[in-house]
Amino acid sequence: MTSSTGKARTLAEKVWESHLVRRGEGAEPDLLYIDLHLLHEVTSPQAFDGLRLAGRKLRRPDLTIATEDHNVPTIDIELPIADPVSRTQVDTLRRNCKEFDVRLHPMGDAEQGIVHVIGPQLGLTQPGMTVVCGDSHTSTHGAFGGIAFGIGTSEVEHVMATQTLPLRPFKTMAIVIDGELSPGVTAKDIILAVIAKIGTGGGQGYILEYRGKAIEDLSMEARMTVCNMSIEAGARAGMIAPDETTFAYLKGRPHAPAGTDWDAAVENWRELRTDDGAEFDAEVHLDASALTPFVTWGTNPGQGLPLSAEVPDPERIADENERVAAEKALSYMDLKPGTPLREIAVDTVFLGSCTNGRIEDLRAAAEVLRGRKVADSVRMLVVPGSMRVRKAAEEEGLDQVFTDAGAEWRQAGCSMCLGMNPDQLKPGERSASTSNRNFEGRQGKGGRTHLVSPLVAAATAVRGTLSSPEDLLTTTSGAR
Amino acid sequence: MEPFIQHTGVGVPLRRSNVDTDQIIPAVYLKRVTRTGFEDGLFSAWRADEQFILNVEPFNAGTVLVAGPDFGTGSSREHAVWALKDYGFRVVISSRFADIFRGNSGKGGLLAAECDQHDVEQLWKVLENDPGTEVTVDLEAKTVRAKDFVAPFQIDDYTRWRLLEGLDDIGLTLRHAGEIENFEQSRPSWKPVTTPIAVS
Repeated sequence: MTSSTGKARTLAEKVWESHLVRRGEGAEPDLLYIDLHLLHEVTSPQAFDGLRLAGRKLRRPDLTIATEDHNVPTIDIELPIADPVSRTQVDTLRRNCKEFDVRLHPMGDAEQGIVHVIGPQLGLTQPGMTVVCGDSHTSTHGAFGGIAFGIGTSEVEHVMATQTLPLRPFKTMAIVIDGELSPGVTAKDIILAVIAKIGTGGGQGYILEYRGKAIEDLSMEARMTVCNMSIEAGARAGMIAPDETTFAYLKGRPHAPAGTDWDAAVENWRELRTDDGAEFDAEVHLDASALTPFVTWGTNPGQGLPLSAEVPDPERIADENERVAAEKALSYMDLKPGTPLREIAVDTVFLGSCTNGRIEDLRAAAEVLRGRKVADSVRMLVVPGSMRVRKAAEEEGLDQVFTDAGAEWRQAGCSMCLGMNPDQLKPGERSASTSNRNFEGRQGKGGRTHLVSPLVAAATAVRGTLSSPEDLLTTTSGAR
Repeated sequence: MEPFIQHTGVGVPLRRSNVDTDQIIPAVYLKRVTRTGFEDGLFSAWRADEQFILNVEPFNAGTVLVAGPDFGTGSSREHAVWALKDYGFRVVISSRFADIFRGNSGKGGLLAAECDQHDVEQLWKVLENDPGTEVTVDLEAKTVRAKDFVAPFQIDDYTRWRLLEGLDDIGLTLRHAGEIENFEQSRPSWKPVTTPIAVS
């Protein structure tokens, strides 16, 4: 599938070119066709209003799907939503979906869940597709080898009206992760290390393609964790070439092609990889075997370090902007330079989100918690990414493991990742969270967030301070 | 959308890098279903501090925000643009913008002007030494001026043209409706649709 000129192309270029409705002339951007548009209650109401005001139709309801995730409570979901403003927003989505004939999975529905969990789960996210949603973590879907990115509400309206977006081509960056991960080191640690390396602006203007043995070895769900946080490195999209792992994940899912369609699709998908000799605009290398569990200490996702490190000293940061940012972050986080990260005590552990709320994440954390107890000083929330994930976990008895350990077993939604529902940190509270953003106040006004993997989250819940599972094997508290 | 050609207003130096959209407007303000009235949410956590620059006269009447690098990172919420505009800002100047924020600004009629970090720092000094200094941002000439300070800024030509003309993106795209239809005819039949599938 090289281009007509025979030029070697990257995966991103192949997907881009196969969706060109029209190539822009001069300064005009390209017009790209969108295969799948995901909607949720927060960023869609003003877009539906715009359509109505202009008397426009939603062009392709059959390429559009909606779910309720950001606002929904994770307890008592059979009751009306207590917060009237949240309730209005959810009711507005229901009315809009009815009026414009969009399929909706509402609270309590068997397929309801976080928008980025349900797309792949239903088999709607497939290799080589263009996927958009009014949510920056749409980059998750790039794990299947498509171009998937978050858009603003004006663009949501644009896709509703035209099923296209005017876009300028992105530059391409290869993120090559060679080698093998050590036991206890996960996809989350890879991506946190990548962001710490290239910074929160490092991927700006690029599509990232994750490559290399460590990426190929990852499960489909782990690949989604990696692509999910591309936006935290400044890149709108991240992608991974599809392979047998991808095909095996998709086969038999409700919306995956079947029969001869499946064969035709797989034949097409096998071409979706960067050609030998294709050039990226930038390349970054990381050795997986050198990685250890990674956590953040500051207030942006690039402020991370290995768990074995200490809180950094801003005095030693040469760049003035970074030094000021580090000082502000330490002040907000109430941390002192030189404190071992392992000694930081948390009040709350949050396991969930579109980053780490899938069944493998729950299994990993449950394995650590089995036969152990959450520390008395800690509240642990387990929020499955979707109702299907919740059901699967219950069938495996994971809910029992969590509740036996003293954790709370909740319904599906975005929950404490961004605290739009009642699941929030109180001012001054500190969390270890498997979500994606440690911004000031993200999990509740005045709350302090450390981003971690599910394994670190579970071990932290047991010890009460940031920990990895291997810390649980030593008996003395605080021993390394 | 109203055309944007030139704007003059009080400059506000915001000496912070990585101003993410959660800081510009926290999630609790995103529950509204309207497109206006978000000014109360703008920088709401920081505005609780009396010393914060938007609580200090004459900066509270500012219309040109001058911020550190990596402005608008994080969430795709267009509410960040709406909050800045509803408060009164017409221009944000930074040495680096997050991609989604930059795109949203262009759609919402807020000018995201990219200057060299060196120029941003010069401008900060001008605004801090004489609070209330007006900044003139000229989209035709692509320049920022304040007293003796003059610097160029970057913006892509297409967004600049759209802002100067005040054009609506959807209207522009619908001029190509025939090409969209042609493309749709050529899509492979195995591409998924969201129409519910009967589960046995």
